[in-house]
Amino acid sequence: MSKKTISFPHMGNYSIPVSYLLQHIVNANVMVAPKITARTIELGTKYSPEFVCTPFKYTLGTFIEALDLKADVLIQAGGGCRYGYYSELQNQILEDLGYQFTYINLVSQGKTDIKKIYHEFKKIDPKFHIGRALYYLFITSKMVKYMDRVDNYIRENIGFEVQSGSFESENQKMLQAFSKTKGVFSLYRMYRKHFKKIKQISIQKPDHCLKIGVIGELYTLMEPFANYNLEMTLAHYGIEVKRYTNAHYLLFEKKKEVKKYLKYAKEYIQYRMGADAADNIGRTKYLCTHGYDGIIHIKSSFCTPEIGAMPIISKICNAYDVPVIFFSFDANTSQVGIETRLEAFYDMIEMRRKK
Amino acid sequence: MKPCYLGIDIGSISTKGVIIDEHHEIIRSLYLWTEGNPIDAVKRLLKGLKSDLPDCYEIKGIGTTGSARKLIGLMVDANIVKNEITAHAVGTLSYYPDVRTILEIGGQDSKIILIDNGIITDYSMNTLCAAGTGSFLSSQAKRLGIPIEEFGELALQSENPVKIAARCTVFAESDLIHKAQLGYEKQDIVAGLCKSIVLNYLNNVGKGKKLKGPIVFQGGVSKNKGVVKYFEEVLHEKVIVDKNSHLMGAIGIAILAHNHQSGKTYSFNIQDISFETKGQECNRCSNHCELLKIYKDEKLVDSWGSKCGKY
Repeated sequence: MSKKTISFPHMGNYSIPVSYLLQHIVNANVMVAPKITARTIELGTKYSPEFVCTPFKYTLGTFIEALDLKADVLIQAGGGCRYGYYSELQNQILEDLGYQFTYINLVSQGKTDIKKIYHEFKKIDPKFHIGRALYYLFITSKMVKYMDRVDNYIRENIGFEVQSGSFESENQKMLQAFSKTKGVFSLYRMYRKHFKKIKQISIQKPDHCLKIGVIGELYTLMEPFANYNLEMTLAHYGIEVKRYTNAHYLLFEKKKEVKKYLKYAKEYIQYRMGADAADNIGRTKYLCTHGYDGIIHIKSSFCTPEIGAMPIISKICNAYDVPVIFFSFDANTSQVGIETRLEAFYDMIEMRRKK
Repeated sequence: MKPCYLGIDIGSISTKGVIIDEHHEIIRSLYLWTEGNPIDAVKRLLKGLKSDLPDCYEIKGIGTTGSARKLIGLMVDANIVKNEITAHAVGTLSYYPDVRTILEIGGQDSKIILIDNGIITDYSMNTLCAAGTGSFLSSQAKRLGIPIEEFGELALQSENPVKIAARCTVFAESDLIHKAQLGYEKQDIVAGLCKSIVLNYLNNVGKGKKLKGPIVFQGGVSKNKGVVKYFEEVLHEKVIVDKNSHLMGAIGIAILAHNHQSGKTYSFNIQDISFETKGQECNRCSNHCELLKIYKDEKLVDSWGSKCGKY
């Protein structure tokens, strides 16, 4: 049997830990799909239902591009909203297009069936070993944790770097080093070394800079291409950006945190509304009461849980008199419209600050 | 020589220019159609403004706003380029310092700005749909064979405005044709259309916002008396329409140009400079960026649209 080629969707920089994991646990070629471009979303939109949420279109486009480059195993996860049905539908669409491939669905019907996934991997690589997989899963989880920690620091400070691009280049160096790590201890040493370097990058940050919290739907938050580089645009205005959602949060903290959020914002929400809606409502209250100048809520068009959360978010922001702005991103969003609204938002919070 | 400041608001349908003095009094103003060619419109605008400006003034600052602000900002070498939301708020505040709500309906966009104590507290802008904007009104006026200038007057004559589906221009248009074919009177249809614009605006842009008086209404559509009447009827509040309501964006950006002046003096010679743009698709990588290259006097001055930063 010839070696299989595995591919997976893109989201931010997370292709590095994912391909690290796959390289070490399966005897197969791991293909990092081509970066998301205008062509990706064009392909995705062409073969997707019109009113499906945008991450579906992005990931479907990425799969098509990967299949065209001879990938034959695709991996997709799922979540607590329409994301849970992505796998079945994408599998069907790609099959109808005539591609030959194996589709591994990590989350089916809202649950991760480890036994089933084990058998899927066994089919691809008969020597697949669960102990080995768990060991590397542990390393990868650490990698994601470190990445996200560094990312949080960068997000708060990148708007104030003296030499533009210095954070990005150091971060890339760190990620490159991570991808070659041998074990948990070497990973930790790398993290310490690179984070120290990143902290040494000179910044000019005023004592009371403008602070904005960015909340919303996970994919649009984490994939810069999907949100038209919103965070970087904000950073250019000299704003400190706070974002909670990242891979580590979703994988390891969410279960515990949601309960906390529900308790914290119980006057606004009593039960979970699917995906990250409850989390975002809790965060809104936190941001409003902790001196943030504004909140930006972003989602892909037709994201149902977030649509449910929006009226509650604007109610909280009204109560605390904190400006909030909502963005819906679609494959057809015009960049100029986003720029106009963002610039006006920045003008507004700056004016409020001055008064 | 006395200093003066030029504000240019280049919208999708019309181009507005004002020259103000240091006390923010309007010296000259001009309003003309963009006709899909912002560069040419601005050249005509500058020519018009120059011809009747007294010799004792010199321009110390230029600001641009509106949807073509970036391009024209580059062309006239503006010292400030700002979004139309801030420009409209600044302009209106200079006339009505205690305004709480600004309604604005232009050619292709409509927005609402809420103000408290002279600072913007909230705003929103129409996103996907041009329903209830000026271009919709003018296309329907053409369909009914009424000059757009008389549209408002005609609406005022009606006593029973017909109900027109307001959600979407496509539905509104088919409903309008339907009502016309049923034989409703023209002024009732026109009045219904004006009312549908108001309802659409308040449901769309003004959704969930508390509108407090004083309310100022501006943008091209504010000249339509029918729309003003129905705004007052629906909001139960007096709606102020300034005689310069169509120029507010340009006035605002001129004031901002005054506040951000760099000490440079501008001349009107821009109208003679050749200014060209060339669109092109870059095929160097899979991004396929749509590049727009801008030539000033046949020299490349800027290019936009590149994602990799090569251009």
